[in-house]
Amino acid sequence: MGFTTSQHAFAAALLDPGSVLPEGVTSARGAADPLRFAVYRNNVFVSLVRALAQRFPVTERLVGEEFFRGMARTYAADRKPASPLMFEYGGDFPDFVASFPPAAGLPYLADVARIEAVWTDAYHAADAPPLGVTALAAIPPDRLAASRLVPHPSAGLVRSAHPAGSIWAGHRDDPVMPPASWVPETVLVVRPEMNVNVHALPAADAAFAAALLAGASLGEASGASSDVSDFDFGAALVGLVTLGAFRAIAMGEPQ
Amino acid sequence: MKASERPVAARLPARAGLGLKTEHYEEILSTRPDVGFFEVHAENYMGAGGPPHRWLEAICERYPLSLHGVGLSIGAARPLDQAHLARLRRLVDRYRPASFSEHLAWSTHDEGFLNDLLPLPYTPETLDRVVEHVDQTQQALGRRMLLENPSTYVLFAESTIDEIDFLDTVAERAGCGLLLDVNNVMVSAVNHRLDPFAYIDRFPLQRVGEIHLAGYDETVDAAGDRLLIDAHGSPVRTDVMALYRHTLVRGGPLPTLIEWDNDVPDFANLFAEAHRADAILAVEIARRSAPRAA
Repeated sequence: MGFTTSQHAFAAALLDPGSVLPEGVTSARGAADPLRFAVYRNNVFVSLVRALAQRFPVTERLVGEEFFRGMARTYAADRKPASPLMFEYGGDFPDFVASFPPAAGLPYLADVARIEAVWTDAYHAADAPPLGVTALAAIPPDRLAASRLVPHPSAGLVRSAHPAGSIWAGHRDDPVMPPASWVPETVLVVRPEMNVNVHALPAADAAFAAALLAGASLGEASGASSDVSDFDFGAALVGLVTLGAFRAIAMGEPQ
Repeated sequence: MKASERPVAARLPARAGLGLKTEHYEEILSTRPDVGFFEVHAENYMGAGGPPHRWLEAICERYPLSLHGVGLSIGAARPLDQAHLARLRRLVDRYRPASFSEHLAWSTHDEGFLNDLLPLPYTPETLDRVVEHVDQTQQALGRRMLLENPSTYVLFAESTIDEIDFLDTVAERAGCGLLLDVNNVMVSAVNHRLDPFAYIDRFPLQRVGEIHLAGYDETVDAAGDRLLIDAHGSPVRTDVMALYRHTLVRGGPLPTLIEWDNDVPDFANLFAEAHRADAILAVEIARRSAPRAA
């Protein structure tokens, strides 16, 4: 049996707990030993579950260690890391959580996991000085509507129908703090300097923030908020810029 | 200080070093403990930016650095991942570590990265492949690397080459050095009914650029035989320390890393492990400088 074939057989047996041991795997006794091979099977799954628990500590806390382990193991059974960069593993774990039937009773769980996923992305994102509020003054009024803001490399937005940001913040430390009110929250995760910050945005700014971070012009983003009753363009813009959500201005054409 | 201006430690000192852990960054930089060097897993520093790089820059200005890869999959039948080699090159260029090391193991397959160090049979075919991969790595990084002996739980019926001969031949043909993990020697020796001291006595210690020490866990296999697990989650065991002492007597003082990656203790307890190894190193240095009886 060639190297490629035998390694393929080893990997296949490793990832299928129900399979027989790969041919040629033996021990000093001259016999295959299922518990020895099981060490490798166990290592793979334990290490993947541990990596997910490290990236999603609040999600784990919300469901308990045992439930989380089962959920993470189910995820890991079908999804191996795409690369050796383990901090990237689990990027689509929140989507999996959203569709994991046993977690259906906790509709906010996937959004909390989304906050944790973008938190790690923000932590490892490229460094860049955030756009300052004073830079906004450089935009000529006739070019304002067509201008776009370049998102900060660390910026991520989670729009939740639940108070996901408050639930996340309230379960990071002891004592656990329940959300003050059960309202939808849009959460901006951003790392303008060294610390990752998590902000629940004012409800009126949510659609505006989502549009801007998706690349809409200031005019388009403002239009997306036209039916939001208490939307204040200036306050929303200054607020987002102050939080460090952007890196630069892409000046639009005069209108 | 820019990386290019940083004084480069040509080699790791013959001292105890520690694995650098996120939770210890602040304490290390504020207390400046007398640690011989720090070692990091390369893959943890492959993000675009952020605190990991900021901290590592600061650590590198004060301590020699050992860069230890855990994801290159040198022992795979498949070709090396060129994108990963390029990432390693960028890290090596940025931090100019005193040492770069990787494992005689594989971890990537069709399904993706399996996040474990998996074993390979030792045959002329696998030997050629490993030599080729080490050679490609050294070409890509523009430097010599160290290849680490594995801890294993199974043997392969098709193996025809002894592990030490395999490592020695890779080192000879590819021109790399070796990293001797003394805990892995104990784990594999017990698991495969070999004498760990005899393993050390046969090992080409003149090729070794660094030693690893760690704690193992113990269980039994299906036949009730002792089965040691390379766990990295506890202090170095007494028998491994004895084997380490024996290694130094044979091979001389060598840079020695304490690996503790799971259930990481507070820094004081980790530092105490470095002191244990430093004490053994100091005894060996003294023994070698003492006048010999006529």
